[in-house]
This record gives sequence, C-alpha cells and structure tokens, in this order.
Amino acid sequence: MNDETKITCILCPIGCEIRINKKNLFIIEGAKCEKGIEYSKNEVLDPKRILTSSILIKNGILPLISVKTNKPIPKDKLFNILEILKKTSVNAPVEMGEKIIRNILNTGSDIIATKTVKKSK
Amino acid sequence: MEKLGCEKKLINVTNDVSVIGSGPAGIVAGISAREFGAKKVIIIDRNNWIGGILPQCIHDGFGIEEMGISLTGPEYIDKYVEKAKNLGITVMKETTVLKINNELEIFAVSRKGLMKIKSKSIILAMGCREKTRGNLIIPGDRPSGIYTAGLAQTFINLYNIMPGKNIVILGSGDVGLIMARRLKIEGANVKGVIEILPYPNGLPRNVVQCLKDYNIPLLLSHTITSIEGKDRINKVIISKVDKNKKPIPDTEKIIKCDTLLLSVGLIPENEISRNAGIILDDSTGGPLVNQYYRTTIPGIYACGNCLQVYDTVDLLSIHAKIAGKQSAKNAIKGKNHNNYAEKNIIVKPGTGIKYIIPQMINKTGIIDFSFRLEKPNKFSKISFELNKNEIFRGNLKYSNSTGIINMKVKIPNYSPKSILEVILNE
Repeated sequence: MNDETKITCILCPIGCEIRINKKNLFIIEGAKCEKGIEYSKNEVLDPKRILTSSILIKNGILPLISVKTNKPIPKDKLFNILEILKKTSVNAPVEMGEKIIRNILNTGSDIIATKTVKKSK
Repeated sequence: MEKLGCEKKLINVTNDVSVIGSGPAGIVAGISAREFGAKKVIIIDRNNWIGGILPQCIHDGFGIEEMGISLTGPEYIDKYVEKAKNLGITVMKETTVLKINNELEIFAVSRKGLMKIKSKSIILAMGCREKTRGNLIIPGDRPSGIYTAGLAQTFINLYNIMPGKNIVILGSGDVGLIMARRLKIEGANVKGVIEILPYPNGLPRNVVQCLKDYNIPLLLSHTITSIEGKDRINKVIISKVDKNKKPIPDTEKIIKCDTLLLSVGLIPENEISRNAGIILDDSTGGPLVNQYYRTTIPGIYACGNCLQVYDTVDLLSIHAKIAGKQSAKNAIKGKNHNNYAEKNIIVKPGTGIKYIIPQMINKTGIIDFSFRLEKPNKFSKISFELNKNEIFRGNLKYSNSTGIINMKVKIPNYSPKSILEVILNE
C-alpha cells in the first residue's frame, strides 16, 4: 500500500485525481482519459512542466516580451532556466513564435516568444 | 438626445452587429456574427489595445478544451484577432460606450466626438471587474501595498514593475494562484494563499502547478481579520474560520508582509445593460438570457464574463460563438424572438444549484445548459424537472465540480408558462 500515490492531472481543467503505484506504474483509479494515464506515469518518473515567463526587450513598445518553453522541461530545472532568462534581453522587433534561446540547458526545448513586440517609434 | 446636448457634432453610423468589448468574448462573437452572414460588424473597446485581459495572461492553458492545444493568453487571442482582421471586422479602439437603448442605438464617445451607432443587433461583451477591499470590508489600517491580483499581473507582465517582496494572497481563485507562481518566479517571497472556504476556489491544475510545484502554503478555512501598517502594509492578522465562515477567537496569527493581493472574486460589468433596462440575474450578476443568449431586450445578446464569470476562456468562446451566430440571424431576418412571457419556460436553480443559464427557453429540442453547484459535490446526479416531472437525469462528469458544469438536455413539448427546475440529488 505504501507504493501508492495520488496525482492530480494538470492537463485540462477537469483535474482528475489519479491513484498510481509508484513502483510498477499500475494505475489504480481516477484517470478519465489516456492522456491522464500517460501524465501520471511521467509525473512519477520524470515530472515536466511548460515554463512561461518574460524577458527584457530593448527599444520595444513594451518593456517585456512574454516567452515559454516550446516543450515541457524537467521540473527540477525550472529555476536554472529562470536564472538564464533573467540575464537575457532581446532587441525589438520580435515576432510571436520566434526562437530566442535554442535547446536551453540541453533540455531539447527552445525558449520562444509568445507575443509580438514592435519597435517603438 | 437633448439630454446629451451634442446634437450638432453627433456622428451617425448604421451597422448590422455591434459588439461592446474587444476581449475574447467580443472578438469571438464578432467573428461568428460575420461568418453567419452579418455584413457589417463593429467591435467597440474603450482601451487602446485589443484582447481585453488576455495580453497580460502570459501563462499557458488557454485553448485546451476548445482547440486541444495549450496556448498562452497572447497566443490565443492573436489567432482570433488575425481572423477578425481577415474578415474585415472594424475594431474601434479608445471608444467608450456611454449608453444603449431598446431602439438598438449605441451612444459612444472617442477623440472624434460623440457617435450614435444604430444597429440591427448588439452583443454585450464588457467582461468583469475584480472585487476590491471595499467589497470585503476587511478591518484595520488603510496602508498602501494592497492590490487586486489582476492589477499586480498588469504591473509585472506588461510594465515590468514588482508590487512588493513579501507577499500574502487572499483568495484562492485562479488569478490569485497564477499570481502566486508568477511572483515566486520573479523572486518574491510568497508567504501563503489564504482561503476562507474549506476547499481551494481555483482549478485543481492551478493548485498543483502554481502552489505545490513552488512550495507555496495554502491555508484553507482561514481569513484575514486585520490589515496593519502606517504608510505601507507591514502585517496581516489571520484567523481560522468556522463552518459559517466566522473567525474563531484565539486562533489569530501574524504574517509579516509588504504586499497583499486580493483574488476574491469577479463581478460581471453590466452598468450599460442595467441602464438600458435589461433584467439581470442576482446569482450570475449578468443579464437573463434565453437559449440564444438573447437578453430581455430583443436584438441585444450577451456573452463572456459579463454574462457569467467563466473558469476558462474555452467554454466562454464556445458560448460567445452561439451569441454571435444568433445576433447575425437577427440582423439578417429582423427575426425577434419576441414571445417571451407567454411561450416561455422559466428555468430555476433548485436545491444545491447556485445558478443556471439560460434562465428562459422558448423552443423544444436540445438545449445547452451551463450551471454551478452551491458547493463541490463529486458523486451526484442532476435532475431536470419540467413542471415537477423528471425529463432528464445526468451524472456529474467532472471530479472538480466547483467549476461550471455543462449539460445538454432535450426539451419536449411544453405548455405555456412552464417551469423547469434543476436539482442536485445527493
């Protein structure tokens, strides 16, 4: 019984509470879809998250441009990546979807812009 | 017009569908109206940007239910803004609507002057506003450093201004949870989220990825009983509360902080609706509507957070599309579904149901209902009773039933002045 753990799925607003065996990854109950089953297994083995934040932009109509990782990154690297983002700045204009840092910390994920910031006139 | 006293400068515009508000609801409804045949669609917004609150919602999770992908707020709204442009929809920015009337006239003011927009249909999409300290009446001093969570989000995400260093958040609504994580990411010390209810008010996914992931404490059944500080806030006093949300004596604790964020609920913005004589629902705070999202004034439709405060943009958009479609039909055919009082079914929230939309029905067939329960209830059944006869029984699909619940129910033939009651069976 001690191998059992409860995981709240974060993939959609339903938020299934999934009971899973940590050792053999056997799903005991609670998942309403296939994605939830996969999520809870990954959550036991290697929890990952999409990171969203913002970085400084020079000569833009806004002081910041919002960014995200285009793939989920390991949870324990969140703050290491944030340290890098803190020191990063870009020059306007930047288009939504533009890659700002490729393969950040060898995670296989890129930092991309999630909005377009035009150059200030 | 004599009341406004600007006849000479009045700019007259005629239009098919006019939308008030360019947030997601307004844009989606406008696009839908255009796609369903309205030739001329105008969206009016008082701000100098398009998209309402979404440009500052830089976290992801938008679009999951609607599109099957998780987008950030700016990415989500960009898809619709592009579409609106391609469809030739006019957005009037920096234009404030002063009033509307049952002749479907909109009076609005911008730098160009005062204008009267005579429309065939109007869509209300004014969104909602955050509750403030004044709504809660928290005792104590009146120092600076107290913000609504959404305002703090504007400061941080758009203007690069940190509201403080040691933060307490009152209320576990989604905006509060999102801001707890955001502040932590930006280096602040988030001391805790205080929630008066015995369960979190936001989505489970946000409790996990915003609080648990970042080790931010969540104090349930607690509230702030005093705010202290001379110029700037320096501490809050928190207390446990009993079942009736009353603070329990001798449970006080001090939390030192320099900033307090309030995430304690949202109020639909309906000043324009109320002044026009549209009847509002006390429970939703939004207009009473029928199955086409039509308000009590023919030709005026409502969608988005001014209709009901949604949990996600996805369901909001799905409903706004229906409002847009129906407003276009009305504009094209001039078809007023005018048979309100006589042929209507009145829909009433019964035991355990907080509110239900639509509140009026005037057709048979499948109707899409959305409602909230008074409190979370995992394993319950919902009964729809037409004149005390059960016509439908549904199981709750969601495990987190604090959110909006959607159910499609077939309405059979009915006699005039019928009553449909929706009841929670424990």
